[in-house]
Amino acid sequence: MREEIIVSGRNNPLIDPQLHIWHWEIPTYLFLGGLAAGLLFFAALYYLRGKESEYSTAVKIAPMLAPIALVLGLIALFLDLHHKLYFWRLYTTIKLESPMSWGAWTLMLVTPLSMLWCALHIKELFPKWDWKFDIIKDVLAFFEKQKIVLAWIMLISSAILGIYTGILFSAFNARPLWNTSILGPLFLASGLSAGSAITIWLSKNHDERKRFAQLDLMIIGVELFLIVHMFMGFLASSQVQIEAANLFLGGPYTAPFWIFVVILGMIVPAILEILELRKFKIPVVIPVVLVLFGSLMLRFIIAYAGQASRWLY
Amino acid sequence: MRYAMAIDTKKCVGCSDCVVACQTENDVPIGYCRDWVVEVMDGTYPQLEMEIRSERCNHCENSPCVRCCPTGASHYGEGGIVLVTENKCIGCSACITSCPYDARFVHPKGYVDKCTFCLHRVKKGLQPACVAVCPTKCMYFGDLDDPRSEVSEILKKRKHKTLIPEAGTKPQLYFLI
Repeated sequence: MREEIIVSGRNNPLIDPQLHIWHWEIPTYLFLGGLAAGLLFFAALYYLRGKESEYSTAVKIAPMLAPIALVLGLIALFLDLHHKLYFWRLYTTIKLESPMSWGAWTLMLVTPLSMLWCALHIKELFPKWDWKFDIIKDVLAFFEKQKIVLAWIMLISSAILGIYTGILFSAFNARPLWNTSILGPLFLASGLSAGSAITIWLSKNHDERKRFAQLDLMIIGVELFLIVHMFMGFLASSQVQIEAANLFLGGPYTAPFWIFVVILGMIVPAILEILELRKFKIPVVIPVVLVLFGSLMLRFIIAYAGQASRWLY
Repeated sequence: MRYAMAIDTKKCVGCSDCVVACQTENDVPIGYCRDWVVEVMDGTYPQLEMEIRSERCNHCENSPCVRCCPTGASHYGEGGIVLVTENKCIGCSACITSCPYDARFVHPKGYVDKCTFCLHRVKKGLQPACVAVCPTKCMYFGDLDDPRSEVSEILKKRKHKTLIPEAGTKPQLYFLI
């Protein structure tokens, strides 16, 4: 049998024997960023479609979680940095070729925007809320008039944020498992699915819940299609990508990926949502938690497996 | 100017002198290395071949690490040498993830570190530390744009390869075979 044995004298920490440089912080941030993107996307979409009162949870209440998710995600990102005190350097440069630079600037736009959107709707949640200072009231009154412009910016920037969570990985040619353009739309879809799940959870309006359950079903369908597509792409590609796909097709990541992400995170909640739409009594929390769990696991497994995939030489 | 290094796999004995010289010259923290020796055994018994390579950053002409760095800390220096500016680096590790050669690591002080082709020595007209100490003289360093440089001469004469050329990074570390 022809064999190649490689003995390397290199043993740099976090690099050898296998790249392990990105830990829980990055997938956690990608999940929270995707979730916030999903919440903000639907808020902007249904506001622009004039459904503010019909789908009030989606437009006014669920987005309250977006800035919390974004801030927690940014804390995770900050924890991931090794040279923390220099983080501000991200904002002294614009590097169009660097996905991380794009992400930093997108977050710079989306985070304050999500806070502004919440400020405009906080009275929905706390009717007695008082801003106390006139200047804040004046600023909010100004943005209230510009809400359509605001919603458009939010719609586009949240879609960019959702796609960015996947593109961050797919831009790395050095990790064959990540090097697929499917990750952008797949992570966007996963973020939208998580966003709609939260809306179903928070909503008390039957029509809204039904609409978001239908939406979530469609998105899960798209996700499954993208996953199949991703593997077809890998298996039709070069040897390194075939081996990367094999991590999920018989390799060490097979069971966690197919069980946690595909079956528990997509197929089971989809079946439960279909049953619910057919008037079966299903506690809404079950599909919602499963979708969120699947969305989180997708990021964790792709992040870890990607670092296990490499070029061979 | 385009700095490059050629390493003769037929002459390298894998003594790791280059590794120790680099660690000493560049004050590389204990437990880390900027260059390392790889032994590859290939073939079907009893017809086996062994190749010994001294490896380091490939100072790619199309460097993914420079491209993905969000702060511009990873950049091209003199003669295309890929460098990291310590106090611009935020330690996000994107460059480590983007390198198909896994040539970078996080320095215990937080920034990302790697081989610099000993630019501080080259500027003084000296050879990189690894080249200078090699007991079998298997390493050649110089300017590829100068047809009379040692590295240009040897690459004209000898058959050579680069590592993972299919990754499209245009490495400037050549192995004579």
